[in-house]
Amino acid sequence: MQISMTINGTDVTREIEPRVLLVHFIRDDLRLTGTHWGCDTTNCGTCVVLMDGQPVKSCTVLAAMADGHAITTVEGLANGATLDPVQQGFMEEHGLQCGFCTPGMMLTARALLDHNPHPEPLEIREAISGQICRCTGYATIVRSIQWAAEHPVGATAETTDEEVHA
Amino acid sequence: MQIPAPFDYVRASSVDNALALLDRHGAESRVVAGGHSLLPMMKLRLARPDWLIDINDLFELDYLLVDKDVLRIGAMTRHTTLLESDDVKRLFPIITDAERVIADPIVRNRGTIGGSLCQADPAEDLSTVCHVLEAVAVVRGPAGERMLSMADFHRGPYETAVAQNELLIEVRIPIRSDSSSAYEKVERRVGDWAVAAAGASVSLDSAGAISQVAVGLTAVGLDRNVTEVEAVLVGQAPTEELFTEAGRLASLACDPLADQRGPIDYKRHLADELTRRVLRAACRRAAASVSEITI
Repeated sequence: MQISMTINGTDVTREIEPRVLLVHFIRDDLRLTGTHWGCDTTNCGTCVVLMDGQPVKSCTVLAAMADGHAITTVEGLANGATLDPVQQGFMEEHGLQCGFCTPGMMLTARALLDHNPHPEPLEIREAISGQICRCTGYATIVRSIQWAAEHPVGATAETTDEEVHA
Repeated sequence: MQIPAPFDYVRASSVDNALALLDRHGAESRVVAGGHSLLPMMKLRLARPDWLIDINDLFELDYLLVDKDVLRIGAMTRHTTLLESDDVKRLFPIITDAERVIADPIVRNRGTIGGSLCQADPAEDLSTVCHVLEAVAVVRGPAGERMLSMADFHRGPYETAVAQNELLIEVRIPIRSDSSSAYEKVERRVGDWAVAAAGASVSLDSAGAISQVAVGLTAVGLDRNVTEVEAVLVGQAPTEELFTEAGRLASLACDPLADQRGPIDYKRHLADELTRRVLRAACRRAAASVSEITI
């Protein structure tokens, strides 16, 4: 069957078998390997992508079900050479060790901040509770997301302006 | 790598279209909503439908409506929508309590109330919630609609009264005044099935005594409400002694199996303790709502 969707702002159309899972479509057909394939059982959350802005576990969504929808993967987070504040936050606060859970964690963080720009630490923990970091680096992941909340897009430029005017 | 067996895929454009597709493709066709129960089963080849009928475009079934003295919930309402609804929290906090601990936040973005009820997993939380709230399932088929009590809807583990050519379209929950409810679950980790869970709904009369009560248990081998507690509680003012007796009756009424989530005596202990907790919470909430109305 033929499916069409928007991936990171680009329209794609492909011929697929209906049983292909979204995670394999993204990795194998589109060669976007930033989305990781982990437990295959809806538990670990490393395969999280955004579907119409909402985090979903792409091992439990058929590619056919994403037909007509907008998908964002980790490759779509940065704006050109400018990192998303979430990506910057993971750098600043050492939010990754082995990096396997990181793409899913960052996309969930992006969706959380879009929905709730100033989350409490407990709300961050709740938001990522469906994802597993096998390095157990949860404290730094929470701090990374807090960093991103404190540095929303555009804030850096505004701060600079204020500093100049001061 | 877990990949489903081959199947053909079609999207339904309306409820009538979904029913026509079920009729046309016959016994080996299955409806998929959020897909978070069916797709894992297909990946394990425990389910092998020839046709998958996707009903995610049926936005007409994604609604929450307070309709006089009934809350009407469309079958495609996502868990996240139920969790975030102020009407649900105000009228039926048992649903909000349960939704907080159903799967995880990402799974809740996809999973639906209709899918959960039709999966009829013995460890599924909303089934207990709907039993406790005396919900009615609205099922539509070629011959029209029929209304089923939860007792009639649930045939047993993984089995419901919904025929192959029918669709659950709505869940109706009666709204009672001076009532409240609560749910509590013990799980090993976020997203796991319940070791055990309990739900309660109570109504209080003008003197503060219990006029109506329902208690249900999840994952402990009881697919009906714990009706034994009614005789003990109805007509009585809520007290710790009564909750203790209700907990004892619940632990006797259930019939849990020993598995990797715990031995039988531990699960009976949870049925007892959780029954006491949800009765305590439901009575406290109901009393608060009565005093709000009085003021």
